[in-house]
Amino acid sequence: MTAATNKRVAGWGVANTLVVLYALFPVWWIAALSFKDPSTLTDGSFIPQKWTWANYRGIFETSEFTRALINSIGIALISTVIAVVLGTMAAYAVARLRFPGKQLLIGMSLLIAMFPPISLVSPLFNIERFLGLFDTWPGLIIPYMTFSLPLAIYTLSAFFREIPWDLEKAAKVDGATPAQAFRLVIAPLAAPGVFTTAILVFIFCWNDFLFAISLTSTTSARTVPAAIAFFTGSSQFQQPTGSIAAAAVVITIPIIVFVLLFQRRIVAGLTSGAVKG
Amino acid sequence: MTPAKSPAAADRLSEGARQERRLGWTLCAPAVIVMLAVTAYPVGYAVYLSLQRYDLRFPQLAKFVGLSNYGAVLSSPFWWEAFWVTVLITVVSVAVELTLGMALAIVMHRALFGRGTVRTAILIPYGIVTVVAAFSWQYAWTPGTGYLVDAAGTAPLTDHWKAIGIIILAEVWKTTPFMALLLLAGLALVPEETLRAAMVDGATRWQRFRLVTLPLMKPAILVALLFRTLDAFRIFDNIYVLTQGSNGTGSVSILGYDNLFTALNLGIGSAISVLIFICVAIIAFTFIKLFGTAAPGSEMGR
Repeated sequence: MTAATNKRVAGWGVANTLVVLYALFPVWWIAALSFKDPSTLTDGSFIPQKWTWANYRGIFETSEFTRALINSIGIALISTVIAVVLGTMAAYAVARLRFPGKQLLIGMSLLIAMFPPISLVSPLFNIERFLGLFDTWPGLIIPYMTFSLPLAIYTLSAFFREIPWDLEKAAKVDGATPAQAFRLVIAPLAAPGVFTTAILVFIFCWNDFLFAISLTSTTSARTVPAAIAFFTGSSQFQQPTGSIAAAAVVITIPIIVFVLLFQRRIVAGLTSGAVKG
Repeated sequence: MTPAKSPAAADRLSEGARQERRLGWTLCAPAVIVMLAVTAYPVGYAVYLSLQRYDLRFPQLAKFVGLSNYGAVLSSPFWWEAFWVTVLITVVSVAVELTLGMALAIVMHRALFGRGTVRTAILIPYGIVTVVAAFSWQYAWTPGTGYLVDAAGTAPLTDHWKAIGIIILAEVWKTTPFMALLLLAGLALVPEETLRAAMVDGATRWQRFRLVTLPLMKPAILVALLFRTLDAFRIFDNIYVLTQGSNGTGSVSILGYDNLFTALNLGIGSAISVLIFICVAIIAFTFIKLFGTAAPGSEMGR
């Protein structure tokens, strides 16, 4: 290797390290806080001096956090399933069929993707109180699935356009029934796109804060991001810093798992919808 | 498609087309109904509420007051302060994100090794819950807890300008990866041969970037800018956690939320909601005018 290539390798090494540090240091900081013993919580050091699991034990002892965690998981999963099913139907039509009104559908989803959620909070607050949906799971599932539908339709129709649909015809020529052609040929080809979309939609629902604090009032439907904003500490003399940090780390774990396992797919999903149209 | 040979064939063709059309509508109907029911109807209702005097503490006093809620909001210094804070945060953070995102995209596109690691790392800020990241920043800048406080003097989150700077920092950290990934997809569309041809012609690295790469990436850049500008204008989570909008750091979304849930004034709150909607519509319209045919979705229908 020449001196010039060595220098280039070193340069890229430095650039890569900088990017990784940039991405990870606030995450490390909140994780470090969550492992600090209450007596060292305010020492401001970047690495815990006295490690402890006490903060984690603390949040799992009360129902305030566990209930919120169940709400978060349940609401995000149900919204994801509904949004992906409805999105798959619409995206199939957009990608494969010719029908008038398609442009209108695309325009409408684009409009909703740009919609400021705060503009919906006041009417939804009033409508949901009237319908008895306020502070319930459906009360959050409905806005979540609506706001993630455009994302689902865009990403899925971009994936569906890449599928070689002629294979379906080929399978039928080879004697497969339509059901077999779908199950054995089309479904396996479409599954990765549907799965990727589901991850993106789940992250979107998992992340929401505005609806979660506006459309709930008790622990019966409050999700984790909203719940930690209302944490009060285990006694009135204690700051909730340790509990908030521990809860924050717990809800970050699924995101890190997704990212580590499906990095390639998430990148493809995020960019396909936006750039190819 | 082959031209129809007989009236019977033409009939069959149109029957097929009709079936396709019906299937298309059936498949889209559930999504359309959900989107209309959960957005169009409530928006109409928000407009209606914004024309009422409607204080939840005195619901019996509710009555139609025309545009006077809008008059009250638009003549209030609180609205204009929140508006300019929002504009400032939007413009600065999107500008920083574009520059930083481009640098990140180039690292991911060109690095000789470790591209997978960098992409994995960069997805963490994208995926992390905004509130979690906001708490991390808040504790970092809180006296007594944080490691960054000394760098910024005492209690930076209680100072107007420092707090706005921290809000922008939190916003930029969280959303630059999304910008970078969109730009990366744009970079991948720039043909390698064109760049090599420019190099042979003696263009410097900077000239190649400015005169070849940037123009070819224009559609990707515009899409990324549109998404991020609209998103930044709606900023809420970061400010709610970092400052709760104190010391003049509230965005328009924070102002709307406070009027709805602290002051319990549905009339004024709805008027603010509608005004925010109009602002977003104006931003979107301006961008789409600039896009022309490069608008997202214009290719989808074909």
